[in-house]
Amino acid sequence: MAFVPKKDLTAKIMRNKVYNLLLQDKRIDGRHPKELRPISIQTSLLSKAEGSALVSMGSTKILTGIKVELGTPFPDRPDEGTFTVNAELLPLASTSFEPGPPDERGVELARVVDRSIREGGVLDLKKLCLVEGEKVYIIFIDIYVLDYDGNYFDPSLISALAALATAKIPRYEIVDDKLQKTEEFFSLELNSLPFTVMVGVLGERFLVDPQMEEEKVLDVSMIIGTDEKGNITCIQKNSPGQVSISLMDEILETVIEKTGEIRRKFLQEVPVKLASTA
Amino acid sequence: MLKPERLIDESGMRVDGRRPDELRPIKMEVGILDKSDGSAYVEFGGTKVVAAVFGPREAHPRHLALPDRAILNCRYHMTSFSVEERKPLGMTRREVELSKVIREALETVTFLEEFPRASIDVYIEVVQADGGTRTTGLTAASLALADAGIPMADLVAAVAVGKVDGQLILDLCDVEDKYGEADMPVAMAPRFNSIVLLQLNGRMTVDEFKRGLALAQKGIAEIYRLQREALKKKFSEFTPAEE
Repeated sequence: MAFVPKKDLTAKIMRNKVYNLLLQDKRIDGRHPKELRPISIQTSLLSKAEGSALVSMGSTKILTGIKVELGTPFPDRPDEGTFTVNAELLPLASTSFEPGPPDERGVELARVVDRSIREGGVLDLKKLCLVEGEKVYIIFIDIYVLDYDGNYFDPSLISALAALATAKIPRYEIVDDKLQKTEEFFSLELNSLPFTVMVGVLGERFLVDPQMEEEKVLDVSMIIGTDEKGNITCIQKNSPGQVSISLMDEILETVIEKTGEIRRKFLQEVPVKLASTA
Repeated sequence: MLKPERLIDESGMRVDGRRPDELRPIKMEVGILDKSDGSAYVEFGGTKVVAAVFGPREAHPRHLALPDRAILNCRYHMTSFSVEERKPLGMTRREVELSKVIREALETVTFLEEFPRASIDVYIEVVQADGGTRTTGLTAASLALADAGIPMADLVAAVAVGKVDGQLILDLCDVEDKYGEADMPVAMAPRFNSIVLLQLNGRMTVDEFKRGLALAQKGIAEIYRLQREALKKKFSEFTPAEE
């Protein structure tokens, strides 16, 4: 039910500025419309979490931690482990975030990252089963937005995947019919690396990865994800406004190129174990 | 609900006997509730949705009111008995997210600046769910807004396209959504040929996406026609009280 105020008066002036620059292929921070902000990825920063990653995209900063528990599988999938994604927009990240349970923006972020990982087929959930129908691994992927300077979607997915890729999962063995934790750990194999790119539209032009000043004045924005094979793995139009169909072809082409860029950066920075199918 | 052996048979028909590009039987009725300012009932096969609108009315709490336009609130909600396994009471994360994207689609076409300081409240109740509840809800909500006399640039018409057994289909039912490879809800403002809601759950190639969008456009044209017919029907039947 919550309502997010859309545009203040200065935003109208700012919109014209951003739009006029866009007509000349320029942006307020000097980037090209199709240029992402610099991405940095740090992993395994925390010891209490099984996996962790701190990702920044420009000055937007996201911290993701992985916690692993044992639990019972879903009755309709007795041989599969499960994972859940939660996201919190921390009050220290922006004046527009308030303390309390996740509001609709936090819920949307968590669900977009969840869908990207699930539908991208990133994890082989069958490998997270310990005793069929009884005990499986439950992986909690918890995302915290630490600093919000526009576009928390793309760096959140990068940090979730980086934390998954570097997580050390405790190995269990069955001793006398009982599960016992061993001293050993294993890494998760990732089947695929889907990434998203946030696209902002102004008039008949668009830009990628808006920073805060831009995000506030966009006519409409969308998050689109693609995997290494060029399949679309996620779409979420996440603001009011209309997208003309004629713009979609060029947007998709750009998204595929930009997710490729993110993927190359990810593979450089993160020691990831890819399943042979990837 | 068990997984059928296949979702498209050898003659190219779907589990419920439809062709890939065929909509389910659609029913629409405008002005079904008394107390709300506008309302509508929309049925797509087994999916049944009621939507109602209150407002423009004074915004509550008052500090939420905006000086230059009305606020639009939207609640998409499923009744506990609308699904096979009883849905717990209250809002799930899914419902919170769908309320947001539905509200954003409606905000796009509504002239909120006509009603500064007011609120317009849209309530969508899914009575029975058989796939496509957000698109059916959105279709119903835009009818309810029109019924309430709220000025809009266009109606919003919505439908999902998806992929099952490798084939693109229009207007997914629950089985197709659950066991298919992709589900892509699309809502448009048909007059402007523009997209006002777009989501994808699943995987599609770029080519499938483009063909899917064209398929959705085709379905939306028909839904839009039915919406206008339903609105006209209510107002042509309206007779002023005798003096």
